[in-house]
Amino acid sequence: MSDVSQPAAHPPVTDWVNDFDHTDPQWTKDPFPIWDEMRAASPVVHTERFLGCYMPTTYEAVREIANDTKHFSSRRIIVRDVRPEITSRNAAPPITSDPPEHKPAKQLLLPPFTPDAMKKLEPRMRAICNELIDGFIADGKVDAAARYSKYIPVQAIAHMLGIPESDSDLFIKWIHMILELGIKDESKLLQAVQEMSAYFIAHIEARKNKPTDDLISYLMNAKDKEGNPLEDSHVLGSLRLLLIAGIDTTWSAIGSSLWHLARTPVDRERLIAEPEVMPTAVEELLRAYSPVTMAREVVKETTISGCPVKAGNMVLLSFPAANRDPKVFPDADKVVIDRRENRHAAFGLGIHRCVGSNLARMEMQIALEEWLKRIPDFRLDPAGTVTWSQGTVRGPRQLPFLLGKAM
Amino acid sequence: MTERLRVHVDPDKCQGHARCKALAPELFELDEYGNAHEAGDGTVPPGLEDKVWLAKANCPEIAIDVIEE
Repeated sequence: MSDVSQPAAHPPVTDWVNDFDHTDPQWTKDPFPIWDEMRAASPVVHTERFLGCYMPTTYEAVREIANDTKHFSSRRIIVRDVRPEITSRNAAPPITSDPPEHKPAKQLLLPPFTPDAMKKLEPRMRAICNELIDGFIADGKVDAAARYSKYIPVQAIAHMLGIPESDSDLFIKWIHMILELGIKDESKLLQAVQEMSAYFIAHIEARKNKPTDDLISYLMNAKDKEGNPLEDSHVLGSLRLLLIAGIDTTWSAIGSSLWHLARTPVDRERLIAEPEVMPTAVEELLRAYSPVTMAREVVKETTISGCPVKAGNMVLLSFPAANRDPKVFPDADKVVIDRRENRHAAFGLGIHRCVGSNLARMEMQIALEEWLKRIPDFRLDPAGTVTWSQGTVRGPRQLPFLLGKAM
Repeated sequence: MTERLRVHVDPDKCQGHARCKALAPELFELDEYGNAHEAGDGTVPPGLEDKVWLAKANCPEIAIDVIEE
């Protein structure tokens, strides 16, 4: 990314169990041994950083919190350095909503994202993937994050929202400012939210005169349970959510999957020889490299897996750490692409299950299928460096590959 | 083996992950919100026993009950 603003300094972590920091460079690079160390110490660990924050380390503790909307609120969904007053109840519904507002807000968004609705998008998705591959396949090398995985979900959600796919770089800039730079620099977050809101308001205004058949018009025409149109702020909040949640989550999942396949020829060869394994492989890659960690705010004191948690603290709700819990997943640290029993939590648990999970699965499967069809052989470029995103969403941001068989 | 299997999705637990429908499309249906319910009266036809156990083992919300009759 071109943004050069320096985030606030955090001292390096020397005690992961009592002073964890999910923005520490060591965590960003390789969080898995850190989670193992934390899990061995306690099902729930705590840090004084971020104004006080817990992290459940086991699948069971994550499940308990995800299913407990009485003690844990979704009004703040990212752990940051600051905790400003909440002024809008329509920040990004339904992901920022608690019961009872949550259910009607979510039901509005569910029908356009069912598996059947996603099937209709498949031809456009395959075309997007092939157009991207056309752009670099002759070069013999590529940054697969910058030139492939990044653009697939951006173009898919732009297609669904009815906004220009050519604005992709703008959307990517906002996401970076909100989900990464915004953790430590509130001004970046606010700037991106304002720019994004202005962008969507212009699209909403344009549709008032000329309705379309995309998701923006769908939300503008939607009615709440009393039969009234949604407030403008609700439409805007949901559009912000769809753009923010739809992009770097799946970008990260596709990137991590390609990273794995670049380093694991045996899995790559099996997926080419036995394409029917792909759906199971996608689930396993989602489990092993889950991109999304959500947050909750403790609003009422309670106990999780025997550990007391106090109101006023945040919770780093790590679905990725839950998915590496060896009590639930045998050989949790291994990628087993034909793993049959895989109750992973990559799309969350409880009422906030990811609305876009069917879209994400479809995008991942098609992105990997189309890549493997045209580029069966590839490996990490030893002259390059793989870098990973920081914070809420984990995925490769630079993924230098050499294409073709090794000489 | 004469036992009969019946499957039931608990609608209060289902959150629409749709894993059951993907793994055993013969045994589950989705509503307009993508939430699952068992097809018909939930009777598992012979030959689909494996699939129903697989669906149960992959439901993240533990919403699927398989009843042995």
